[in-house]
Amino acid sequence: MNGSKSTTMIVAAVTAAMILLPLLHSGGSVSAVVNFLAPFVTTVAVLAVIAIGLNVQWGYTGIFNFGVVAFFMVGAFVAAIVTKQPADSEFVQYVGGFGDRLAFLPVLDSQEWLPFVFGVLAAALAAALLALLLALAALRLREDYLAITTIGVAEVLRRVTIEEAWLVNGTRGLTGIPRPFAGWFDAGVYKFVFLLLALAVLAVVYLLVERGISSPWGRVLRALREDEDVVAASGKNVFAFKVEGFVLGAALMGVGGAFYAFQQGTVSPETFTHFFGTFIIWAMLVLGGSGNNAGAIVGTYVIWGFWSITLQLQGFDLPVFVVDRISFFRDFLIGALIVVVLLARPQGLVPERARVSRWLERRVRELQQQGAKREATPVESAPRTAE
Amino acid sequence: MTATAQSAAGAGAGQSDAILEVLHLTRAFGGVTAVNDCSFQVRRGTITGLIGPNGAGKTTAFNLISGFLKPTSGTVIFDGERIDGQPPHVIARKGLVRTFQIPRPLGAMTVLENLVLVSAGQEGERVWNVWFRPGRVGQREREIIDRALAVLEYVDLIHLRDEYAANLSGGQKKLLELARALMAEPRLILLDEPGAGVNRTLLRRLVGYIEELCFARGITMFIIEHDMDLVARLCNPVIVMSEGTRLTEGTPEEVRNNPAVLEAYLGGQYR
Repeated sequence: MNGSKSTTMIVAAVTAAMILLPLLHSGGSVSAVVNFLAPFVTTVAVLAVIAIGLNVQWGYTGIFNFGVVAFFMVGAFVAAIVTKQPADSEFVQYVGGFGDRLAFLPVLDSQEWLPFVFGVLAAALAAALLALLLALAALRLREDYLAITTIGVAEVLRRVTIEEAWLVNGTRGLTGIPRPFAGWFDAGVYKFVFLLLALAVLAVVYLLVERGISSPWGRVLRALREDEDVVAASGKNVFAFKVEGFVLGAALMGVGGAFYAFQQGTVSPETFTHFFGTFIIWAMLVLGGSGNNAGAIVGTYVIWGFWSITLQLQGFDLPVFVVDRISFFRDFLIGALIVVVLLARPQGLVPERARVSRWLERRVRELQQQGAKREATPVESAPRTAE
Repeated sequence: MTATAQSAAGAGAGQSDAILEVLHLTRAFGGVTAVNDCSFQVRRGTITGLIGPNGAGKTTAFNLISGFLKPTSGTVIFDGERIDGQPPHVIARKGLVRTFQIPRPLGAMTVLENLVLVSAGQEGERVWNVWFRPGRVGQREREIIDRALAVLEYVDLIHLRDEYAANLSGGQKKLLELARALMAEPRLILLDEPGAGVNRTLLRRLVGYIEELCFARGITMFIIEHDMDLVARLCNPVIVMSEGTRLTEGTPEEVRNNPAVLEAYLGGQYR
């Protein structure tokens, strides 16, 4: 990653706080620390997938999506209604509920895994479809207008989920969302299983996106961010590449949303505020370093660390006026952190690398070695005159 | 305009002498008609100049030819094929490449990346090929990189290979524009003021490149330029535009001595 001292210090400070606070709180219990860290890291992994999605859109392609929450929410709700059983009470209404029907393979108790595979795929597909529609309608707009459009779409979708109670149960939201593989493990062990699952998904997403970006495809996206006219003058179909970047990023946000729903077990429209679903994700990316997937992960870790630390403070014996205001303090702290980091390091904690294509990287390294050899040879063979 | 004189040199079987033909091209912006019923030809294998006073519509004409603007009416024919109204990337891929008046480097990318980006037919531009057929992508990538390195050697920017394009000097950015155009394997390059803001030494080099690319490598050059000395040295023929349309055309000498051209530049008081 990046050898910068300030980045290491910030990450180390967050990690220390994540370990020390629950340790102090519980009076030195290691299991309390583990019980706190496991869901924390899980959430970081899930949100990092969304941050990487945004990085594809903004960090590489330069598309200003200020409606991240729309894709996040669509992913979460679609995954929920695909994996849940049909609604069976007059107080609960939602569409879908395919859980049983999707478990059609008699392999390894498919109820425990197959619906989730479909759930994640459907979430990615739904978010991608939303992005495609939005792209065809609005992606030709200048970036500031596009930002406003995406906010508008996100708000409309939020209102629809609230007002149309038949869709996803209105403000009461969906509860009891099943969890992948939950039946195979003890409840105590399961949170570590889910943690590993979330980390595995993050790893796959990270590798796919890194591969994608460190290629001619990624090069065109990064060029688009710099200057669309130059890309057009180079014979590339600007609109097609922008749609690809936007849709791929949105699909990843959908996947993140799906795992968020599985982790929480409950999602309601109230979860998906613009603050949590869009602003925080942007904060993670910008703080970590847009244009770098590792940066997106580091930023998610730091921001979510701050979020969790401040919530931990609630458990301590602090004056009432502090405890009452802790969630505001949290928002303030995150805002202040972004300001400080951006003033000190505008490129974020883990800045973008110079050359991106791995083939280019390889070739340049070859050339540098050749050049070094060529320069080294005459010096060695030259007679030493003075010493 | 009927001067479709068949010259023996360059014109192969069935190939017209003109690589670019502009017929009655018109573009209006609201009430202003920037290009107005303009017709001219660029002959294959020439360095053709396009001059005219400010506001004559030269850059608009370039934007119309290269597809960055859609004509209100009129026809553009490149190598026997109608291209007016087509999107810029389609036109560029046919081998009609433009540079920008003010160099536009992709600043956050290295010089080498700026070039490698341009090549056509990159399988690695499909993300599924990158994921599932990395071998083929790598092979093509290697070819393109070596071509880019050769172009960088040619324009003598090789020492800046790994520098961010944003850090280049003004003159080096001009060379980068030219190098990027060469990566597109063009048959016709539209150069918008290559000489603007360039010192004498670099200007001499640029002239050398343009002449060699045209006469040795057969890339037709169509150049907007304000520096009349440069035009006189480099271009033949010269097309003069004024008030959105073609005023006249001829050798630099003829154009310089044409009273109508003087009038267009100086505004009639010397009549």
